[in-house]
Amino acid sequence: MKTFGGPVLFLDRSDINTDEIIPAKYLNEITKQDLKPFILEDLKLPGFDPNGGKTKNAKVIVSRANFGCGSSREHAPWVFEVNDITAVIAESFARIFRQNMFNCGMAAIELPKEDLDLIFKHADDSDANISIDLEAQTLTMSGGGKSKVFTFTISPFDKALVMAGGWVDYADRKY
Amino acid sequence: MGKTTAEKIFASHLVDEPFPGTKVLKLDVVMCHEITTPIAIDDLMARGKDRIFDTSKIKAVIDHVTPSKDTKTATQAKILRDWAHRHAIKDFFDIGANGVCHAIFPEKGFIRPGYTVIMGDSHTCTHGAFGAFAAGIGTTDLEVGILKGVCAFREPKTIRINVTGTLPKGVYAKDVILHIIGKLTVNGATDRVMEFRGTVIDAMSMESRMTLCNMAIEAGGTSGICMPDMTTVDYLWPFISSEYPSKDAACADFKKWCSDDDAIYDSTLNIDVTTLEPTVTFGYKPDQVKPVSEIAGTPVDQIYIGSCTNGRLEDLRIAAAILKGRKLAPGVRGILSPATPDIYQAANKEGLIDIFMEAGFCVTNPTCGACLGMSNGVLADGEVCASTTNRNFMGRMGKGGMVHLMSPATSAATAIEGKIADPRKYL
Repeated sequence: MKTFGGPVLFLDRSDINTDEIIPAKYLNEITKQDLKPFILEDLKLPGFDPNGGKTKNAKVIVSRANFGCGSSREHAPWVFEVNDITAVIAESFARIFRQNMFNCGMAAIELPKEDLDLIFKHADDSDANISIDLEAQTLTMSGGGKSKVFTFTISPFDKALVMAGGWVDYADRKY
Repeated sequence: MGKTTAEKIFASHLVDEPFPGTKVLKLDVVMCHEITTPIAIDDLMARGKDRIFDTSKIKAVIDHVTPSKDTKTATQAKILRDWAHRHAIKDFFDIGANGVCHAIFPEKGFIRPGYTVIMGDSHTCTHGAFGAFAAGIGTTDLEVGILKGVCAFREPKTIRINVTGTLPKGVYAKDVILHIIGKLTVNGATDRVMEFRGTVIDAMSMESRMTLCNMAIEAGGTSGICMPDMTTVDYLWPFISSEYPSKDAACADFKKWCSDDDAIYDSTLNIDVTTLEPTVTFGYKPDQVKPVSEIAGTPVDQIYIGSCTNGRLEDLRIAAAILKGRKLAPGVRGILSPATPDIYQAANKEGLIDIFMEAGFCVTNPTCGACLGMSNGVLADGEVCASTTNRNFMGRMGKGGMVHLMSPATSAATAIEGKIADPRKYL
């Protein structure tokens, strides 16, 4: 099972799509590792630098509604995985992206807008950090000398996939 | 209590319900292309599980970048090709016989009402036009589909979209679906099936129904679905004539998959198309739509006609009728990519290819290429494309490029004027 949590990359916009996460021109790469330099290359957001320190250090992404919309490319979770980002927290996800995350043993966690508004208040904290306890279904946002615990729900199936290390291992054992 | 088409398909294909809310379904068709499949193949090989649950249910095509443009894309094609040969996959389409997946697979009669279909491609929802449940999935789901013939889903609720009225001249399925996405927004149908109903859909060809269902994902939808009827039977008849004594018998059999009259829907959207205008996107999201009258005059650099949305014969006929005897505006590039070799040949025999070429279009082989900015018509920074494709994300057709989605008719009118134009004046 993967580990979850650490420094946070805040992406304060809804509908961040898979072309922004990993442009299609890189879909000719055969290995996941080759995707690494191209993370979020086409995402245009005020103050965001795909090559900046915040992107490089991040272990968790926090965003808004409909994260990962667009293409079915699993290259989107993979480019996060090879950059050591194993969890995305958002108000909602596009279906295929969400399932791809869990299928890879990664976490796509939904929180209500009110909780995300509180979390986004830490966007300028240099020490913003989120720890995630998947078993207890809680996450702790800390930064700027403050800390707050949030609870979340994930489906028992998705949780089982994370515990199993992904869908291939799970399905191969069961079907 | 009645069931929707999606509920009937889920009930008839259920293999397991490992947890409440998760349903593992048996798959009828697993489609593969050379972008998302090679990594699944490599992973299966690395696991020592280079197996296929049933080769007759695998349909594979090299379509996204074909002919290959460089070593990397050639390697992807080779991995898929070698795998297809190694496993003696009969339904594999390579150069000379290959076309855009969501156009060629229906054309070969692979999709039937009541089927479950997956592919590592978000526009797999297209195949719901046949009354199937067809969903785009990622590479891991594809890998399990290839190995085990199953896929897990949250059972989607269904949005019923009633399309009624009279489709005005110059307004087509593409305009209808852009209008619907504008109403639902880009995530209005997430975890939902979009069921297209009503007299306008009943009167539509299979090609138009595929255009509608193709863009269900742009509203977040899991699958588009149309009710199978005699139009479905007519389209499939060359492939099913030995299975049924008559078309009526086939139609009666197909109808068992139609939603029951007392089925329960998550919500209903009523659209009267009588006053609908040709519709065009203006921003970087497919729900940002305007009537053509509000955006006409916007200059473009390139026209692209093709793709799994609008690269079929019906689309080429519509565009050619407008382009006949006319020329591309000076300084504007036109690219036509018929979606399959059969469409290309038929268009050639009908004289449509001549019309496009005399207008100044470059006619390319069938491929996805330009639609996702991989090959065959990529935009430069700052360029604008009028396109019959399905996605207008920033940089989709090339970094820094902008895409306006529209119908083949509106694209053809735009080609003539060099700026977004109303097709109705040319009809």
